[in-house]
Amino acid sequence: MTQRKSTTRMVPVPSHSIVPERDVDKRPVLETRHLGIEFGGLKAVEDFNLTIGRTEIAGLIGPNGAGKTTVFNLLTKVYQPTTGTVLIDGKDTAGMNTVQANKLGIARTFQNIRLFSNMTVEDNVRIGLHNQIRYGMFSGIFRLPSFWSGEKRQHEQALDLLSIFDMQDMAAMKAGSLPYGAQRRLEIVRALATNPSLLLLDEPAAGMNPHETEELMENIIKIRDKFQIAVMLIEHDMNLVMGICEGICVLNYGRIIAKGTADEIQSNPVVIEAYLGKRKED
Amino acid sequence: MKKLNKTTKSNFITYAIVILAFIICQSLISAGSMTRSLKGQLVPICVYIVMAVSLNLTVGISGELSLGHAGFMSVGAFAGIVFSAWAQAALGIENTIVRLLLCMVIGGIFAGIAGVLIGIPVLRLRGDYLAIVTLAFGEIIRNVFNCLYISLIPGSVQYVADAANPEVFTKTQVLDRLNIAFNTTPNADWNIIVNGPAGATGVTKIATFTVGFALILFTLVVVLNLINSRSGRAIMAIRDNRIAAESMGINVTKYKMMAFVTSAVLAGMAGALYGLNYSTVTASKFKFDTSITVLVFVVLGGIGNIRGSIIAATLLTVLPEMLRAFSDYRMLIYAIVLIVVMLATNSPQIRQLVERIIPKRRKAGKEGEAA
Repeated sequence: MTQRKSTTRMVPVPSHSIVPERDVDKRPVLETRHLGIEFGGLKAVEDFNLTIGRTEIAGLIGPNGAGKTTVFNLLTKVYQPTTGTVLIDGKDTAGMNTVQANKLGIARTFQNIRLFSNMTVEDNVRIGLHNQIRYGMFSGIFRLPSFWSGEKRQHEQALDLLSIFDMQDMAAMKAGSLPYGAQRRLEIVRALATNPSLLLLDEPAAGMNPHETEELMENIIKIRDKFQIAVMLIEHDMNLVMGICEGICVLNYGRIIAKGTADEIQSNPVVIEAYLGKRKED
Repeated sequence: MKKLNKTTKSNFITYAIVILAFIICQSLISAGSMTRSLKGQLVPICVYIVMAVSLNLTVGISGELSLGHAGFMSVGAFAGIVFSAWAQAALGIENTIVRLLLCMVIGGIFAGIAGVLIGIPVLRLRGDYLAIVTLAFGEIIRNVFNCLYISLIPGSVQYVADAANPEVFTKTQVLDRLNIAFNTTPNADWNIIVNGPAGATGVTKIATFTVGFALILFTLVVVLNLINSRSGRAIMAIRDNRIAAESMGINVTKYKMMAFVTSAVLAGMAGALYGLNYSTVTASKFKFDTSITVLVFVVLGGIGNIRGSIIAATLLTVLPEMLRAFSDYRMLIYAIVLIVVMLATNSPQIRQLVERIIPKRRKAGKEGEAA
């Protein structure tokens, strides 16, 4: 396995976070301030402060039930936070819904794959392109010229996006009939189709073999470089996280217990304790 | 590109079936070999096909179980009847085809407005709750028509003296006006169009089979083209996975409303055709039973399957007529036929038998299973 430990220098920013040095002068793509949510008295996420740079690949890790997916749901406005704010691209998202958050430039994949499994691969990507290439209902019904040009552009762009993962040959297949790994890749393509500035990946490598994971790592970097976007991922595969993530944030019981680069996280005693338990005093 | 061809081909088969059926019916009529009762069934068949296809848009494509489809039909029917009477009296439109088409447009518009008004509260609900509330709205619409009195106040020619020059009179034509009231007996010299529970009486029958056929084609164009467009994909995405659709930036309320209102407009147009096919139309014709009958067409034809809806609507509208020989046992046999068809289409043995007879289907079936 090739070692591609990132050599990015991380620099601190005012909100006790670190961003890659190249992004420090740009407006961060995501900033959360004291973000928290309670479910009937249970504090699922508490005082979550994080800043993600324009082109950063960030990792969010933590033991099971730490609240990682809840954070994603807060960022995409599936849940409304009880406390704190989420700023996407510098804009406050208070009171917004998932659709508005997506239009601000946040797209995600899901831990349990949520493809439109009865539709073809291409149609799945076309749904991602919904707000990018538009034409009205009436041009659709009466097949006006804008329908034909819109459909053509959607078709071309969908194949273009599918080619990132070499999936253009699968365009006519049913999404539900794809192998598991390909379904995960399709979900990423579909999210990319919404033209995000921040891509949230919820366990992208789950169910993939080491070879596929390796490919995925390369592709995540490729996507970041090609589209110049930020990527934030939840993952349990430490090879992937330590291999490509520049800034890593560790969550336990809904609180951030450590932030730093891969090296810093790996040697952090608090993180080791959260994952493996406390060393027995002897 | 191959996929596009596949759906286009399937759509063309649907159009071809409808056009072929129309040609066969027309030649049977001109040959005089069609029975009188079947001839009388032609317009209702067209109406029920349109009803089934439009309900399939809500139930199959949008995935919302609506039990108040007959309500939209009644809005279209009464709007069409009233407009027909008014247009004839006030505007003097004597050409029945033009009047019928205008009535269908008016019926569609009114049903569309009803669809928007009902959709706003109803589409906030999901599943069973949505079904129950649409059922309730369907009944509310019927009860409103049950106590609605609409009459035509005859127009007159008036001469008005000019204020500056009293010798000069200007002639003004006062058009016929409509009077709409609840629970009041209308004035004696007005022409009653809709008379509360007695319904609309003395309606001029202007509905024709050809216009019905044109309405089916129009409905198919609207529904099939809508499904295979950006909006249709958004509607189906919401049905398949609401959360994923939202995170793709699809406005759920907008597209649910689009499907619901389109469906209501088409039902209203069908209603106008239906209303103008009888001399008497009462609100009780659009009871809960009618909604359920249309839903049976949709379910039997296959949810989301437009061609299936057309075939099921045709067969099940003709079936009770054909079973007339069994007199009292008619509805019993109708029910048995429904149950047998449902069991047969779900039975693996019968499917295998069909696959053995038509080898091409075996491949399609296997692909379906793999998916």
